Amino acid sequence: MKKANRVITILIFVFLYAPMLVLIIGSFNEGKSLARFDGFTFEQYAELFRDQDLLKLLGNSILISVISSFVATVFGTVAAVGICNLKPKMRRLVMQLTDIPMTNPDIVTGISLSLLFVFVGTKMLGQRDSLTFWTLLIAHVTFNLPYVILNVMPKLNQMDHSLTDAAMDLGCTPLQSFFKVTLHEILPGVVAGAIMAFTMSLDDFVISYFVSGMDFVTLPVEIYSYTKKPIPPKIYAMFTLLFLLILVLMITMNLLQLRSDKKKVQVGK
Amino acid sequence: MSKELIRLQNLTMEFDGERILDGINLYIKDHEFLTLLGPSGCGKTTTLRIVGGFLTPTTGEVMFDGKCINDVPPYERQINTVFQRYALFPHLNVFDNIAFGLRVAKMPKDEITKRVNDMLEIVSLKGYGHRNISSLSGGQQQRVAIARALVNEPKVLLLDEPLGALDLRLRKDMQNELKRIQQATGITFIYVTHDQEEALSMSDTVVVMDKGRIQQIGRPEDIYNEPTNAFVADFIGESNILDGVMLEDYKVRFFGRTFKCLDAGFEPNEPVDVVIRPEDIDFVPPQEGHLVGTVTSVTFKGLNYDIIVDFKGFKWLIQTTDHQPEGATVGIRLNPEDIHIMHKSEYSGLFGDYSSYSAEYDELTEDAADEEE
Repeated sequence: MKKANRVITILIFVFLYAPMLVLIIGSFNEGKSLARFDGFTFEQYAELFRDQDLLKLLGNSILISVISSFVATVFGTVAAVGICNLKPKMRRLVMQLTDIPMTNPDIVTGISLSLLFVFVGTKMLGQRDSLTFWTLLIAHVTFNLPYVILNVMPKLNQMDHSLTDAAMDLGCTPLQSFFKVTLHEILPGVVAGAIMAFTMSLDDFVISYFVSGMDFVTLPVEIYSYTKKPIPPKIYAMFTLLFLLILVLMITMNLLQLRSDKKKVQVGK
Repeated sequence: MSKELIRLQNLTMEFDGERILDGINLYIKDHEFLTLLGPSGCGKTTTLRIVGGFLTPTTGEVMFDGKCINDVPPYERQINTVFQRYALFPHLNVFDNIAFGLRVAKMPKDEITKRVNDMLEIVSLKGYGHRNISSLSGGQQQRVAIARALVNEPKVLLLDEPLGALDLRLRKDMQNELKRIQQATGITFIYVTHDQEEALSMSDTVVVMDKGRIQQIGRPEDIYNEPTNAFVADFIGESNILDGVMLEDYKVRFFGRTFKCLDAGFEPNEPVDVVIRPEDIDFVPPQEGHLVGTVTSVTFKGLNYDIIVDFKGFKWLIQTTDHQPEGATVGIRLNPEDIHIMHKSEYSGLFGDYSSYSAEYDELTEDAADEEE
């Protein structure tokens, strides 16, 4: 039984990480085909950094991810504090409502956002090209918000609420007490939410596909058009780098979580 | 003593239609040590939070120095609080916790350093400034919480069961410490506790609360010696509470006998509750006793024995240093000063009975009365 367990665990890891491994090996391959390893090289990476178009797309993706996750983190944190102060019944209802967009199929979210933007843009504002950088940004903030709330909320619930009372007792206005006390307490949740929002935003294809216009396209949307022709190996190199970036972010997030849990245990003593 | 500082007028508080406070009227004098005492759920913490500004009463007014402060938020009140679980800021060290209020008030840096260090000395935590909150013991955290509140030199300090989480010995030490600090600083203390001993030993004034109402206000001695109803008599110390009839001034009849007492001002033949404190009862040889009974249980308590004596079915608690063996027949005498008379209240019959029934007791008194006549 124990042995079977171990075998299955190993198999799961193989299935999960084998594709990434193929990609990473491919990114160091001299030849063009993934089927044969022709020798080790960094040439694909050099090629990648020479390709201005590709770098610009990567820049676009990172730009939209950074801005949207930042905006979502600010709004999401404020929203979580507000939701936390609601009466229990109302709080449950609002949490349900913020959870639904996360489970909603991306394609539905994407198309409905696209319809909304086009309707508002062309019918109400009279624009010709209603899908722009801004619609993309709004869409990303929208689907990022629930993830931030999801991460901040447990921290708020865990927090000893007499801490904010204590801050006000010592002369803080509610706003001051948020920045001087509450924010410190929920920071691990806020950071985790921000990182999660960033990664969701970075790899989003479906929603972005429907709400981006011609003038501002993110990396995943552009790559999609590549799949119809052979993918140049420099793309593998870029994917490898993206994978590493996400990996670093995730490890940071887990370490933060671990550290805050440890602190909780100490205070609890 | 001194002038009135805080007055609570007709305070009521409702949460979701449930009445937590029901007509609280109370005034608190400057420099006073006042304790709100009662079982959990009696409304004492709610009252404290209203004074602190964390709750707004449903109706009624909170007056501070003659002005209504209902709409003044906590951060503008000259009141500081020591919270139940201390509520120290985990991300700040001891020094920064204590300095928190002064920094918010934008006090000059060297003044802050001086005052925090003075405060650390007062609470005997000199040299602990750089320690992490999580590295402190419960008693030390408690003292940081007190220092953090006191350093702002508030007019009033609110303490919400501040010693509840400490062990017995530490609690005794902190009680003395708190009393000393209060006397040294002259700050008005409003103290919330469910521990009657703590309330009696520390306070100038005790306010006994139950079911959102004030049951009695008075000096600790008065509360103990002259409880107004069965609830107070039972909550403060141990009491044997009996049904009686006040025949006339200074004469009360219970247990089939007429006793002299020191109470007056009741209606003729008014039914009353009679309180007899367990430590006021002395054993005498059976033939000399007003009442004769049988010892049914003896518990050694260190200072004294808790002896349950069965007087023909009704059990009394008697605290004495005279040991009596189980099964012994004993007599007791009741002197007029041992008997305290209270008006009947909603609490009558609920407390002060050390047997587990009351129905048979009624029959017994009748029997005893018949015998006497």
